[in-house]
Amino acid sequence: MLLQVDGLRKSFGRRLAVDGVGFTLDVGEIVGFLGPNGAGKTTTMRMIAGYLEPDEGAVRIFNIDVAQERRRAQERLGYLPEGAPLYGEMTPWTYLRFIAEARGMNRDAARRAVRGAAQDARLGDSISRPIETLSKGYRRRVGLAAALLHDPMLLILDEPTDGLDPNQRHAVRDLIKRLGEERGLIISTHSLEEVDAVCTRAILIDQGRIVADETPAALRERYGGLDEAFAALTRGEERV
Amino acid sequence: MKKSPGLASMFAIYRRELLAYLTTPTAYVFVAVFLFAIGLFTFQVGGLFEARRADLSAFFAFHPWIFMVFLPAIAMRLWAEETRSGAIEVLMTLPAPTWALVLGKFLAAWTIAAGALVLTLPLWISINVLGAPDNAGIITAYLASVLMAGAYIAIGSMMSALTGAQVVAFVLAVLVAFLLTALGAPMVADFFNGFVGGALSEAISRFSILHHFDAAQRGVIEARSIVYFVSLIGLCLALTGLVVDARRGGAK
Repeated sequence: MLLQVDGLRKSFGRRLAVDGVGFTLDVGEIVGFLGPNGAGKTTTMRMIAGYLEPDEGAVRIFNIDVAQERRRAQERLGYLPEGAPLYGEMTPWTYLRFIAEARGMNRDAARRAVRGAAQDARLGDSISRPIETLSKGYRRRVGLAAALLHDPMLLILDEPTDGLDPNQRHAVRDLIKRLGEERGLIISTHSLEEVDAVCTRAILIDQGRIVADETPAALRERYGGLDEAFAALTRGEERV
Repeated sequence: MKKSPGLASMFAIYRRELLAYLTTPTAYVFVAVFLFAIGLFTFQVGGLFEARRADLSAFFAFHPWIFMVFLPAIAMRLWAEETRSGAIEVLMTLPAPTWALVLGKFLAAWTIAAGALVLTLPLWISINVLGAPDNAGIITAYLASVLMAGAYIAIGSMMSALTGAQVVAFVLAVLVAFLLTALGAPMVADFFNGFVGGALSEAISRFSILHHFDAAQRGVIEARSIVYFVSLIGLCLALTGLVVDARRGGAK
């Protein structure tokens, strides 16, 4: 089992953000996290990535408990935080070198890893221009390359296509599909069409709980479309 | 064969932070202001030339007071900037121990502080041209000054970890630095003397940065002053690490 998530619970002050989320993930699966804003998608991903500790429940990556052995688990996963934060004054090359070396790779290994990830993420020749001068789509790909550097089996990508134009979105989706062939991926998204296009499985989250976990096709069949499934299963803030 | 993962991460963070200081204009501006301020105080207020003595006491005497403002300005971005941009999430999901992040960042800021001090060396050369100062004493004072700079940077790092706003980090750090410095000023000692008695006010002043730098700037550094500065750095960095780790707990 690549990833096992059991009964995650997390509250911020008096607000319960995640309320008993559990699921498993195998190699070859691309899971789409769907849900209204504030449903608990990002909090769940942060707990899987070891950025936040759950109040209750456990995350195991290859049976390594993230809370118990955080660093060993983090060596095996790649994480793209929401908005793909980067250091604007660095170039993709120096940034990726930094991430590789901070992950404990020596110079040669780091250089090889950066070359490989840059190729996978199709970074091309803008690799030595300052990140702040690059387009949003390109920057997102730099963030993706950073998550890929150490060739992890598990990738957690928080809104990887958010804010991109259709061409950029298309390129990132292709990349995700390619990566998913021999890895396990979790992506969060607001786009139902994206779930249809790349995901092998959809997990709908509402108010901190999983309300559906099946293939996009099954959801569509049962509710007559993904939009309809989304509307029927989630309440969000608009309709409370 | 991999190096110790913690150390490798620390050096990677150190290099990145140093690069960030050297490729953005802010650090240059702060260093320039520091050099201007230290020059102004040394010559105008301290009267280096008027004293007609070949020593740098007029120069070193102002270090605590100028560092108190200058070094929090250097350290304020260390964590606050990462929190604001969200890059802290990238750092904290690296398989690196927290101490490696804390130390890497601290050492980079400390290097900038030491670099600023190196830029004051022409003063030392000039005083050697003009007379025959106690050079061993001056070296001691410089080393003490570097050590003291580490303490102010560590205070700045701690405050920067507490907030996502650089300005807030700066103000808090100056406040804490001021308190720790001024506890040893005669004015403050007199104040405490008035109602807690001489022994206690003496004890309070022993906790101040000023007290421990005072002897060192005259060329004698005592072991306990070294212990004091190293402990202060250690304490502030440990607290920085606790604050950073506490975020994982999520009380945001």
